[in-house]
Amino acid sequence: MEQSEQEAVTNRQVPESATRQDVPLPEPAALQARGAAAQQEEPASGEHVFDVKNTSVYYGSFRAVTDVSLTIYENEITAFIGPSGCGKTTVLRSLNRMNDLVVGARVEGDVRYRGAPLYGKDVSPIAVRRRIGMVFQKPNPFPKSIYDNIAYGPRINGQHNKKKLDEIVERSLRQAALWDEVKDRLNKSGLGLSGGQAQRLCIARTLAVEPDVVLMDEPCSALDPIATGAIEDLMQEIKSKYTIVIVTHNMQQATRVSDRTAFYSVLVNPTSDTRTGVLVEYAPTAQLFEDPQDDRTKAYVTGRMG
Amino acid sequence: MAAVTGQQNVDLREPKGWRRTSNRIVTVLMVLAFVLVIIPLGFVLVTVVAKGISIISVTFLTSQIPPNVAPADVGGIWPAILGTLEIVGLATLMAVPLGILGAIYLNEYGGRGPLGVLIGFMSDVMTGVPSIIMGLFIFSIWVLHFGYSGFAGALALGCLMLPIVIRSTYEMLRLVPNSLREGSYALGATKARVTMTVVLPAAIGGIVSGALLAVARAAGETAPLIFTILGGLTAANPNVFSGANTALPLLIFVNASSPYVGAEARGWGAALTLIVICFVLMIVARLVTARFARYSH
Repeated sequence: MEQSEQEAVTNRQVPESATRQDVPLPEPAALQARGAAAQQEEPASGEHVFDVKNTSVYYGSFRAVTDVSLTIYENEITAFIGPSGCGKTTVLRSLNRMNDLVVGARVEGDVRYRGAPLYGKDVSPIAVRRRIGMVFQKPNPFPKSIYDNIAYGPRINGQHNKKKLDEIVERSLRQAALWDEVKDRLNKSGLGLSGGQAQRLCIARTLAVEPDVVLMDEPCSALDPIATGAIEDLMQEIKSKYTIVIVTHNMQQATRVSDRTAFYSVLVNPTSDTRTGVLVEYAPTAQLFEDPQDDRTKAYVTGRMG
Repeated sequence: MAAVTGQQNVDLREPKGWRRTSNRIVTVLMVLAFVLVIIPLGFVLVTVVAKGISIISVTFLTSQIPPNVAPADVGGIWPAILGTLEIVGLATLMAVPLGILGAIYLNEYGGRGPLGVLIGFMSDVMTGVPSIIMGLFIFSIWVLHFGYSGFAGALALGCLMLPIVIRSTYEMLRLVPNSLREGSYALGATKARVTMTVVLPAAIGGIVSGALLAVARAAGETAPLIFTILGGLTAANPNVFSGANTALPLLIFVNASSPYVGAEARGWGAALTLIVICFVLMIVARLVTARFARYSH
């Protein structure tokens, strides 16, 4: 009963073909003011990085998200937006098997990473996370020096050459726009950095292992506008080399940085009083914000809900 | 609706009444409690130093134990110092790594399974076992078969230390935020890596403190040693694995109940030595911990 209802919802909103054929839309004049990011050409549908089909995630018997299907493309920034509890972080964490660490978490459905089933029998979550890095909501630098924070990933992957590590540390910190601020105190604790710096340190730490994909779980929610701006700029800069998926509560941020946006919502089943997250609409960012196809999306992006 | 101009007499003093009174009463009570705690502690320290300091000398620390009738300026306590260092050191070597590994298992690996719950529960029960029972236990399973030895004493002390180390390490590991573990996992680390390179370093300060408490407790234990190392030696027994041995708490126990002035003085000297040994251990451990934890703030 509940399931069929939800299936109907997602199927209606996200027809399987829709994600593939997003031709660039003519830019209405109203969109011109939306900032540099959105004015770049609309996504041209490159390689598929993730193919998620009819996937549900459970925590014990609680179904956190139901029947999500979407495709994430190479060298794009994909934003997940939606109200609290709609499962966007859950979906994000299932993309690099971070949910394996939660007792009782279970993923059902088909999640493919570059064609390979992510939840296949012989898949090692360690190997998955080596390719698919993650930046968390709260900056979580290790209680080690700044240098050791960055060198941590390369080291656990077997890189112990001091010279190579030096290079990696400098390159990663430069990529994360942090080098100039910390180059004179690389052997000071990573915990002594400000919030914005610490988050950029965590991004640099993720970039140091040269992942294929960077997942970001509300990376700016604890940061002031200046630090947020720095991280958004950084995302644009590294986009050519990485595929980025970002969860954000900030819709302006989604419009500023992302190429595509997925809107999630909470579906309440009134008879059993259970709630679950569903993917309502997934489209190029400009289209989702300017011409949402679903009423719930419209209500959310215009601020009438959530 | 004009803005308020001019000065007003705003009273920003603490309001009078029961709230202020109760605040002061509780503050006084807390200071009193602190003083009450400090008094016995200071009294013990002052007494031991006052009675023990006069006898301390290089000869006293390095000489063999004389018969109890000997005057205070004859002989020393070297066999007991050596025995304490050997036995407590051996017990630490056995209990601390085992306890830390056990706590890692409980918190990082199987803690929520039935085996983890059982181990956790048994370890808590073990904390409450009186030390003399632990001595009897080692006496019956080891000493009766292999005779008295420093090693038997170390076994008994190790059994006492183990649950303390497990419990304190476990609590420290629990305090390590999960976000640190996730950060490490997200870089492709294995569980063992995460534990070794992130969790343990983050908790090392508390783990060392806990282990130290256990060491200090073991160093002061007398009862389990009576059954396991026998005591009563005059010459040092450097072989910890065979033959009776002695230790400072045992020496203090025997000498304190002796009627001879010399023995009593040597007892006070031994007490002071034991306190100093524990004190030095604390300081060394603190320094080591500070070196490990230099990035944690």
